[in-house]
Amino acid sequence: MSSYSLTHLEQLEAESIEIYREVAATFRRPVLMYSIGKDSSVLLHLARKAFHPGKIPFPLLHIDTTYKFREMIAFRDSFARDQLKLDLIVYTNEDGVRKGISPFTHGSAAYTDIMKTDALKQAITKNGFDCAIGGARRDEERSRAKERIFSFRDAHHRWDPKNQRPELWRLWNTRIHDGESMRVFPLSNWTELDIWHYIHLEKIPVVPLYFAAKRPIVHRKGALIMVDDDRLPLEPGETPEMRLVRFRTLGCYPLTGAVDSAATTIPEILEELLAAKTSERRDRLIDSDQVASMEQKKRDGYF
Amino acid sequence: MPTFTPDTIDVTTFLRDHEKKELVRILTCGNVDDGKSTLIGRLFLDAGLIASDALASLEADSKRYGTTGGAIDPALLMDGLQAEREQGITIDVAYRYFFTEKRTFILADVPGHAQYTRNMATAASTCDMAVVLIDATKGVTEQTYRHTAIIALLGIRHVLVTVNKMDLVGYSQAVFDDIRSAFGDCCVRFDFADLHFIPVSALVGDNVVTGSAKMPWYRGGTLMHLLETLNVASDRNLIDFRFPVQIVSRPSADFRGFAGTVASGTVRPGDRIIVFPSKKQTTVRSIETFDGALDEAFAGQAVTLTLTDEIDISRGDVLAHPQNVPTLDDACEAMIVWMGEEPLVDGNTYLLRLGRTETLATVDAIRYELDVQTHHRKQSTQLPLNGIGRCSLTFHQRIAFDSYAKNRTTGAFVLIDRVTNATVGAGMVLDRREENSQGRWQMEPRSKTLRKEESRVESKDREKQWKQRPATLLFTGFSGSGKSTIAHELERKLFAQGHVAVVLDAENARLGLNRDLGFSTEERAENVRRIMEVAKLLNDAGIIALCALVAPTEEMRSHAKELVDSDRFLLIHCSAPLDVCRKRHPKELYRQAHTENVPGISSVYETPQKPDLVLDTERDAAEQCAEKVEELLRTNGILIEK
Repeated sequence: MSSYSLTHLEQLEAESIEIYREVAATFRRPVLMYSIGKDSSVLLHLARKAFHPGKIPFPLLHIDTTYKFREMIAFRDSFARDQLKLDLIVYTNEDGVRKGISPFTHGSAAYTDIMKTDALKQAITKNGFDCAIGGARRDEERSRAKERIFSFRDAHHRWDPKNQRPELWRLWNTRIHDGESMRVFPLSNWTELDIWHYIHLEKIPVVPLYFAAKRPIVHRKGALIMVDDDRLPLEPGETPEMRLVRFRTLGCYPLTGAVDSAATTIPEILEELLAAKTSERRDRLIDSDQVASMEQKKRDGYF
Repeated sequence: MPTFTPDTIDVTTFLRDHEKKELVRILTCGNVDDGKSTLIGRLFLDAGLIASDALASLEADSKRYGTTGGAIDPALLMDGLQAEREQGITIDVAYRYFFTEKRTFILADVPGHAQYTRNMATAASTCDMAVVLIDATKGVTEQTYRHTAIIALLGIRHVLVTVNKMDLVGYSQAVFDDIRSAFGDCCVRFDFADLHFIPVSALVGDNVVTGSAKMPWYRGGTLMHLLETLNVASDRNLIDFRFPVQIVSRPSADFRGFAGTVASGTVRPGDRIIVFPSKKQTTVRSIETFDGALDEAFAGQAVTLTLTDEIDISRGDVLAHPQNVPTLDDACEAMIVWMGEEPLVDGNTYLLRLGRTETLATVDAIRYELDVQTHHRKQSTQLPLNGIGRCSLTFHQRIAFDSYAKNRTTGAFVLIDRVTNATVGAGMVLDRREENSQGRWQMEPRSKTLRKEESRVESKDREKQWKQRPATLLFTGFSGSGKSTIAHELERKLFAQGHVAVVLDAENARLGLNRDLGFSTEERAENVRRIMEVAKLLNDAGIIALCALVAPTEEMRSHAKELVDSDRFLLIHCSAPLDVCRKRHPKELYRQAHTENVPGISSVYETPQKPDLVLDTERDAAEQCAEKVEELLRTNGILIEK
C-alpha cells in the first residue's frame, strides 16, 4: 500500500518534469543547452523522463569554445549523440576562431565573453530558438538565487533583474513577443548535493573527469590546471607533474582548476562534498570579502 | 549537531536516510529590524550547518562588523540582503536550501519593504509553512496583521509565530502572553491547522534549535523542532482526483498518452474518468513513466495516462472521476492580489492561466478592496498595485476549476497583460456555490439579536377587506415565453375586481434590488431568492405576489417554495418551444447567448416536473392564459367569492 508521499528528490524530479513539459507545450522552438557537466547529465536524464515514451522534442545545443576537455567532447559524442541518438547542435563562434581568440592571449574575461556568451547569443538568433533550457541552480550563487524558473530575455538577450515577472504556484508565464526569448531552469531548486545524490540513485553516466585519476598538472595562480593538449603554453623549464586529482566543475580546461582527491566512486564524491559543504557554504554565506570589496568600491567612487 | 560527519557515520548510511526525507517549503517574514537575519543565521549555526573553521571567522567578523559588542552575531551569516540593498538592487524573494536529520527545506525569505504584498504572495504560493517574526519589544504591529492575512489568503495552514528578542524583555512570560493573545484574536477568522507561538532569542539562541533554561514557563518545542515535525503531508488533497492535461504525447501511431502532474487525488488503471470541458467519459488504461508503468498515481506525481477510448483531449482539459467533478462555468468569484503597475479597473480583459488552461477573462466587477490590516471592506472600482480585492470574472469560454480552499492547484490563476505579457494578478477562486446558492437559501441572519416585529393588522381582517388570501405565484419558463405579459394581464384583471396583487419581474429587479447580480447559475439563484423574500413580505401584508422569473432549475424552485411557505405557493409553467420564444423576445438576448448564459441555450433549463398549472403560450393568448390562472386562484380559495 502506497503512503502517497514523495521524497524530496521525487518532488524535485516531478517539478523539473512539469517545467520541461510546459516548455514543450508553449514554445515554438526550444533548445536544451547541453554543457556536458554533471548538471547537464541530470538535465538530460530528466528531459528523457519528461517525454517518455517519446523522444526529447527539441535539439541539444553545445557551445564549443574549442578549449573544452577532450574527455568532455568524447563523452558528448559517445553518450548524447551515438548512444542516445539525440539531435545535437554544436556551435562555435567561427569569427572568434578566425581572430585566434584564446584564454592565453586575450585573458579569460574577453575569451569567455566572445567564445561563450557571444557564441550562445549567435546560436540562439541564428537558429531562431525562442527558449533556451539551462542547468543553473539557485544555490550556486547569489544572482541566480533570485532568478525565475522561466526567466524572460528581451530581443537583445538581456536580463533585467529588477523587472522580473512574479512567479506564483506553478503557473509559469511563458508569453513572449517575436524576437524575445526565455531562459528556463528546471534545476532551480536542486542543490549540488541533490544533483550527486540523484546521479547516484539513478545511475546517470557522467564525464570521467569527475573521478580521481593521475593527470598531468601545472600550477597557475594557485590553481591546479590540467595540461589537456599542447596548446597550453608551458613556462620555460616547467614540466607537468602527474597528480591524483578530480574536477568538481567542468568548463574550458585552461580555466578550470582541479582538486586533490582520491574519490573514484559517487559515494566517495558525496562524502567529500558533505565534508566540504560547510566550508563551501561558509564561502557563500559569510562572504566578508564582499562587504570589504563593497566598501572598497565605494571608496573608489562607486555610486 | 552536525547532520553529517564522516567520522561518526558512513556515507552510505547517511544517503540511505537522506534519500527518504521529505521536502518542506517554508516562508520567513518580518520587519527589517525584527531580527530575521539573526534568526535564520542562528538556525543554521545551531543546526550545525556551519563548519568550525567558519565559526572562527564568524567570531572575527562579529568583532569587526557585528552589532553585538563582540559576541557572535548570527546575522552576519546572512549577508547579501543588506549588501544588495545598499547597492540599490531589489531583492524580491531569496531562496535558501538546507537539510537536517529529518527533512530537507527550501526557505523563501521575504524582505520587508515596499513591494511587500506581491513578494509575500509569490513566496507563499508554493510554501507549506510560514514563520512570522514579531519583535517582543514592539509587539504586534500592522505589518504582522498584513503578513498573516496574506499567509492565510494564500492557503498556508501551518504558522509559527516567533516572538524574538525575549532577552530584551527579561524573558517575561507576561510580555509573551500579551502578544500571544493580541495576535490570537486576529487569527480567529483564519483556518490554520497549526498556530504555534515560540518565545525566542535569536541572538543568544534560546528556543531556536536548543531549548531555553531562562523560560521554564514555555513548554512547547523549539522552532527547529516544530519545523522538523509539523505534519504538512496531510495538506495535500488526496480525495478529489484532478489531472490537468499538460501535453499530449503522440510519439508513434500506436501510442497516445496525456502527460501532466496529478493536481490532487489518486488514479488507477481501470478507473472511469470524465474529461472537462467535453464531459466525455472513458477509462484509464495505464499510467506510464520512464521508470515503468504504475499501479496508482497520486497528487504531485508527473505521469502520462493512456485511455481506452480515442476521444478528443487537448492541453488544458481536466480529467476527474465522474462522481467527483470540478465546477464547469464561464464565470467565477475570486480574491485577486494585484501586481500590475497600472491599477486593475472594472471591465478590463486579461489572459487567464488556470491549471494548464488559458483563456481570456474579463473582470466584470470589483466587489470590494480588502484592507488586510483591519479586514475592512472598502467599496472600490479599481485595485492598485499590491491591492487585494474580491472580483467577479467572466471567462470567454467555459473552463473547469475548483475553489482554492479545496484545491490549491485547480483553484489558482494568474492574469497576464495581453500587450506587455507581464504577470499582473494572482487569483484564488472562492467557493461561490456554497456561499451564494445553498448557503444563502439556508443561511442564518448575520445578526444574532434580531426579533421579528408582528403587524398590528390581523390577517383575517385583510382577507375580509380585499376578498383574498395571500399567495405567491411563480411563473417559470424560457425568456420570451410570456411570463411577464401574463402576470401583468392578471394583475390588471385582479385590480379591476378590487384585489391587491403586485408583479415582481426578474428583469425589473435587476435594475435595482438585484443590480449587482450576473447571469451565472449561482447568481440566478440569488436573484430568485431575493425576489422570493420580497414576495414573502408582500404575502405577510396580505398581498398576492405574481413573480415572473426564469428560475431555470428544480432546485431553485423548490427552495423558493420552501421560502415563501408551500401552502401559499403556486408554480405556473409558461410553456412554448424555444424557437418561438426566440422570435418573440424583443431584446437581443438570444443573439448574445454565447456570452450571456441563456437558460435553454447555453445553460440548463429544467422543465418543471410538478407544476400547479401549465400554460401553452404558443397556442393561447396572454388574456386566455391569465383567465386560466384566475380560475386556479378561485379553485384554490385564494380569491374569495363576494
